[in-house]
Amino acid sequence: MDTGPQPPSVAARLARDPKVVCAGGFILFLIVLAIAAPLIAPKDPLAQNLLMTTVSPAGFTDAEPGFLLGTDGLGRDVLSRVIFGTRVSLTVAFVAAGLACLIGSLLGLLAGFLGNVVDALISRLVDIWMAFPPVLLSILLVALLGTGLHSVITAIVVIDWTRFCRVVRTETMGQAQMDYVVAARTIGFARPAILFREIFPNVLPVLIALLTLEMGIAVVVEAILSFVGLSVSSDTPTWGGMIAEGRQIVHEAWWVLAAPLAALFATVVAFNQLGDGLARSLDPVLRR
Amino acid sequence: MTTPRLSIEALSAISLRDGDRPILRRVALSVGTGEVHGLVGESGAGKSTIAKAILGIIPSQVKVTSGRIGFEGRDLLSLSAGELRAVLGRDIALVPQDPSTALNPSRRIDVQMTDGLRLKRGLSVKAARIRARALLEEVQIRDPERVLASYPHQLSGGMRQRVLIAAAFALEPKLVIADEPTTALDVTVQKQILRLIRSLQERHGTSMLFVSHDLGVVAKICDRVTVLYMGKVVEQGATAEVLASPRHAYTRALLAANPRYDRPDTGLEPTPPEVIAALRAEIAAFDANAGAGAGDG
Repeated sequence: MDTGPQPPSVAARLARDPKVVCAGGFILFLIVLAIAAPLIAPKDPLAQNLLMTTVSPAGFTDAEPGFLLGTDGLGRDVLSRVIFGTRVSLTVAFVAAGLACLIGSLLGLLAGFLGNVVDALISRLVDIWMAFPPVLLSILLVALLGTGLHSVITAIVVIDWTRFCRVVRTETMGQAQMDYVVAARTIGFARPAILFREIFPNVLPVLIALLTLEMGIAVVVEAILSFVGLSVSSDTPTWGGMIAEGRQIVHEAWWVLAAPLAALFATVVAFNQLGDGLARSLDPVLRR
Repeated sequence: MTTPRLSIEALSAISLRDGDRPILRRVALSVGTGEVHGLVGESGAGKSTIAKAILGIIPSQVKVTSGRIGFEGRDLLSLSAGELRAVLGRDIALVPQDPSTALNPSRRIDVQMTDGLRLKRGLSVKAARIRARALLEEVQIRDPERVLASYPHQLSGGMRQRVLIAAAFALEPKLVIADEPTTALDVTVQKQILRLIRSLQERHGTSMLFVSHDLGVVAKICDRVTVLYMGKVVEQGATAEVLASPRHAYTRALLAANPRYDRPDTGLEPTPPEVIAALRAEIAAFDANAGAGAGDG
């Protein structure tokens, strides 16, 4: 009853979860690709070669050596462009989701902990905010702010902080009712100490899971904005931009569409699976 | 006679959500130095409200309308939030009811146990941990190092309650409020925990307000007892006397409602309706009186 093995550390638990290991490993691989893109990519992603347009991927007829995933309509190497595309996708994933998480969870913590007027104000704001269709709102925002990476990030933060705010508020409210919070008050803790020392650690697992899910969403939103031409300028390769270009020539060169689509798909699945695994591993009650 | 550690005088409270229904009716009770005072009554009698009023954690829908909670010459009800925080933990501590929810699930026991020691006593992390270890040994935990390194869910209910008791006594408080500390536990563990609470209380000379609905438990641990019904004190006195010769019909009914293991066929009588009716009439008359008194003042 009271004796047994030492509890496994959180890190040890994470390392045992196949979802966390696989998905986390894949995302780590993407991070390496993004950072070391110029070293890893076999070709210049912007170099056109009009004599080598729509070359098939290796293993198909008409394949050319050196173009593993073929070339697009302008003769650019698809593999190199997919590799360089990770840069924009991951930047958006981490910066936009991180900022949305920061703003949303701070407001959510305040609303859930202080209640009353603060809660009413923040909650109404979230309600109104969420009434706007998100994709239209982001297109509108980028149109107003002008295209570019910073406006894509701003658009995602402005729209998606509500997601964090809602969940964190509910979670904080639930935790604030718990006996251990009352017990902390009877030790004579001040309110900020209770919020950050007692409540926040119990909200954190949900928050981390939500953050990784949001990263997946941010990658998709960036791809949508690239697809409609509202993201970074066209001389920066992005998956969304590649999908838009590939769509036009899908009958002659399906791989131009398929390669970025597959990368996008795998990345979003990895983020979602990581979120799922983290939610399980970090939950203190399930920790065994 | 020396002044008692805790003296509650004419404490009244109402429930704002429930049409200003009175939940405490001029309750008076005192806990002497080193005394264990039982607070007994059925659910909704106001036992917990009294405990919460002392600890300053009254829910927002309850309002204290009059009275005084005297502790060491000060009225706890008139202290500012900051002043009360200084008293809580250091001089007054709580042993909570449900050990499964009273510990923070995502913080390890050592961190939770040393919070108060560091915050209120200013001990270093290391000194606080040594003290926490000693406290766990004092509550008869055989493997204190392992318990300190555990998360709450890795401990059994009885073990968690021991941790909470150790934490309550950590700062050598003058008054411990025990809010039904054995209700959520197995019957076999209950007895050990009661014995533990009593021995710690005796060793430290702590005063204790012991909230319970179980007269059997109260008989084992309390020096004096107050019986509450609908927020009114029905009977008060030395435990032995009250239990041996209860003066009030309601106390007799409560005693009859206690299961007797030696005579399984008897006992477990519900409170007779005429006793309840008489009590309610008594309380109605009391309320009418208090209303008239308030009108005079």
